[in-house]
Amino acid sequence: MKAEPAVWAAGAVALGGLPLLLSAFQVVQLTVFMAFCLLALSLDLIWGVAGILSFGQAAFFGVGGYAYGVVGINSGSTALALAGAVLGAAALAALLAYFTFYGRVGAMYFAVITLTVTLILHQVMGSTADPRYAIGAARLGGYNGMTNIPSLALELPGRAPIVLEPVPLFYAVGGLLLLVLVLGRALVRSPFGRVLLAIREDEGRTELLGYDVRWRKLLTFAISGGIAGLAGGLFAGWGNFINPQVFSLSQSALVVIWVMVGGRGTLYGAVAGALVVQSLTNYLGAASVTYTTVLLGLALVVIVLILPGGLVPALGRLLSRLAPRPGRALEVPP
Amino acid sequence: MDLVFVTAFGIVYAIATLVLLALGLAVIFGMMGVINLAQGEFLMLGAYTVLLATAHGLGVWAGIALAPLAVGLVGVLVERAIVRFLYGRMLDTMLATWGLSLALVGLVTLIFGPTTEGVATPLGFFTVGRYSLPYYDVLVVGVALAALAGTYGLFNFTRAGVVARATMQNAGMVAGLGVNPAWVYMGTFAYGSALAGLGGAVMAPLTGVVPTLGLAFIAKIFITVIVGGPVILLGTTTAGSVLGLVESLVSSASTPIYGQVAMLAFAIVLLRLLPQGISGFWRRGV
Repeated sequence: MKAEPAVWAAGAVALGGLPLLLSAFQVVQLTVFMAFCLLALSLDLIWGVAGILSFGQAAFFGVGGYAYGVVGINSGSTALALAGAVLGAAALAALLAYFTFYGRVGAMYFAVITLTVTLILHQVMGSTADPRYAIGAARLGGYNGMTNIPSLALELPGRAPIVLEPVPLFYAVGGLLLLVLVLGRALVRSPFGRVLLAIREDEGRTELLGYDVRWRKLLTFAISGGIAGLAGGLFAGWGNFINPQVFSLSQSALVVIWVMVGGRGTLYGAVAGALVVQSLTNYLGAASVTYTTVLLGLALVVIVLILPGGLVPALGRLLSRLAPRPGRALEVPP
Repeated sequence: MDLVFVTAFGIVYAIATLVLLALGLAVIFGMMGVINLAQGEFLMLGAYTVLLATAHGLGVWAGIALAPLAVGLVGVLVERAIVRFLYGRMLDTMLATWGLSLALVGLVTLIFGPTTEGVATPLGFFTVGRYSLPYYDVLVVGVALAALAGTYGLFNFTRAGVVARATMQNAGMVAGLGVNPAWVYMGTFAYGSALAGLGGAVMAPLTGVVPTLGLAFIAKIFITVIVGGPVILLGTTTAGSVLGLVESLVSSASTPIYGQVAMLAFAIVLLRLLPQGISGFWRRGV
């Protein structure tokens, strides 16, 4: 994998050039897609790399968004708010991981528990419509959501904060995505990441080799939760708004679909999957949320039944099969 | 004294609904090891069967009787079309049934619209001192007991039930003795679906009928079955009792939302202490 830094450099160049080629609207769209890429990446880290399927990434995304809103509204500093988003989500993930991984709850049960936590958060946040449900100046707002969340701003000491315009915001989110991607790849290839891959392949055997899998899983899940929280914070800062819909089942399913489409375990696949699926759903038009839900559900069924390895890897295999093989071209008729 | 009776009945009722709703999942998940995330939508389809029956002049009782048949049929279709390709791949089953769940919610919304339809609650009220309670709640408790007893009897005292349990333990041996395991899997899945249909139908007059009905229950019933552990019927009943008690106590002290939160938190702490579920240390059985 000597070529990887070249891939990162190409990504950075593409990020730098894109706002020049796209319309202002597309830049704004792509900014939020990149926040979703971070969310997909967070699931791939825990599922694709460490082999632990979590249905709760949407929960950490939502908690990150709400934390960003609460801290941002109360302190006025978006840097603090973003830190709050990451730490809040990571703390929830770590707490959940402590009870499940140290309780040695099975993989299935873990997936179901993360799903239930998401569903319960949906209901709890939905029931906060009453004005007395407020943290400081930030009203939670029930199903109507939290409004007036501050936009991301550049904060330099001794100067007034500068609210980021769409293009600088694009660079900020894109830069964070690239940074997390590079760090994530470095984590996967570090000795710690190797142990994670071993846990994915055979947890029992990894333990017998003397590795304590519990704290490794806990740490990985907390990192993954933190990344999802970061994505949620960026999302809330992007739209100045968050509501309990982020905890809905379809949102949780979407994260899984992104990673399944892109293929698991590479981190790049997750990012590509999120971009492809989001662009497609955008292209198909937001004609009706209901149709989209039906299509998403059917897509999930079909992918699991027909392409369990992921859509992008399957397309890659197909392309490499269509490409001429070097050995064949040399056949010379006698 | 009246208050004690009413509170006690409220707790029994909370437990009964939990057990009734979770029973189908206990069969599908507990016996077959299939995590069916569309189970909530099976409840919802049961409720819609009642709605359709009343709309066509058949009455609530006919609807409740038809629901297990209709949803059992849906279960057969789902098993044939999706689940049978995924036995042994638990996570994939989970993802596929999740997709199915989303698609079902979407389809039902397209057909019937997103609004909550009411079904008139049959039967009247009876009074205990100064309080009046609906007879229908008593019926719910009765149906839950009957479904529990029926399922216990089916898997312990009938040939079909014993063959089903044998298949879950050793499908190869059962096949060697001349029973096709594919049929047994299909039948068990259909039975679990039918139980969900019954549960959804019985709850329909109480909750109202809405496409997202399943979402309200899916978290609860999964937690109940997981906390129940490997001895499915007794485990589910015990877990239902403990969790139903926690939920109804907290709900009556604050709001139903906090009741659910307390129930979930309690369940997670319980799983930290008893990772195999409540019945994890019991002798294996049904």
